[in-house]
Amino acid sequence: MPERDYDHPDVVICPDGPLLLRNATSVQDADGVVHDVRRPVVALCRCEKSSRLPWCDGTHKVIPRG
Amino acid sequence: MRLPKPRGVLSEWVVSRLADARPSAAAAPAADAWDDESLALWTLHELSYRGFEDADERAEWDPEVLHVRHRLETALEERLRSRWEQAGPVSVGVPSEVPSALEALVAEDDGPSLADHVRRRADRDQVLELLRQRSVYHLKESDPVAWVVPRLPVRAKAALMELQYDEYGDGDPNRLHSHLFARGLDAIGLRSEYGAYVDDALPETLEMNNAVSLFGLHRRLRGAAMGHLAAFEMTSSLPSRKMVQGLERLDLGGPMAAYYDEHVEADAIHEHLAARDICGTLAEDEPEQADEILFGAFTCLDLETRFATVLLASWEA
Repeated sequence: MPERDYDHPDVVICPDGPLLLRNATSVQDADGVVHDVRRPVVALCRCEKSSRLPWCDGTHKVIPRG
Repeated sequence: MRLPKPRGVLSEWVVSRLADARPSAAAAPAADAWDDESLALWTLHELSYRGFEDADERAEWDPEVLHVRHRLETALEERLRSRWEQAGPVSVGVPSEVPSALEALVAEDDGPSLADHVRRRADRDQVLELLRQRSVYHLKESDPVAWVVPRLPVRAKAALMELQYDEYGDGDPNRLHSHLFARGLDAIGLRSEYGAYVDDALPETLEMNNAVSLFGLHRRLRGAAMGHLAAFEMTSSLPSRKMVQGLERLDLGGPMAAYYDEHVEADAIHEHLAARDICGTLAEDEPEQADEILFGAFTCLDLETRFATVLLASWEA
């Protein structure tokens, strides 16, 4: 089978989970605070219940799915 | 690190065989008990990580030593697979179901939580005991997983490297996870040198380490290795936050809390990379690995349950 290229998006929305963001250098949160990014991939909270916004801390898993 | 203190006739044979490169006069005996057997296999696996100051480096590939390792690995794998059989193994119909099957396995896991105990009730001695046990793995965190890289197809390989790069500090030695843990041990007065607490390790602790080494060392078990990684990452973020709260409650915050704090954020990312980009694509590219991935994930959860059960029982918690 010949080699092919693969999708490798910079923004990935995880079902019932965070938004993964690749190659970002800084992220501004809802309060206008700018956070430096030191990782190749970060997970941004989408449920708004994280204890460390704007980052995901897994809290969405203990929230009942509507 | 020096060779560990033997716990029976088999680990005694292993330790003296590694200390002296010459072929042994007597064949390796059967193990006295599980404790003896797990320490013997742990010691043999360690030859492929950092080794021992007082062992001959050539022993790693010595046929007589490998023969014993093979015997112990076969017994371990049979034990792990029979537990998966008894638990009623899940099988996925289509490889694309692997990420959701992993999620279901993790969601159904009802083992006791050490992190809950640490957060609310554990005393200082119990937390120190837990950290000594955890140090056996955390001081070489991610190393067994690194062995799997060359054995994966394109997408899973790239995704594993994306995850491992973060585990290894994104190029900064100060942020290497095993280094963060070592700094944490120093800060709370525990020993931080590699393998410091192996003589105190419970057989459950050794078996957790042996399983991950077995999966990492054998190409055949690459699916199980990646499933184990996924379950590990998927059960890390929330418990790490509880560990931070418990450590701070006991005035053990600082660098050790920082280690767990790093895992709250990192593993909230890694769990998605592991379940979807690593295990999901591996199952699509090599469909026969799908059920192996689930076996590996089950093993991770099951061994943690066994470890937590024994530790909590010893504390009457």
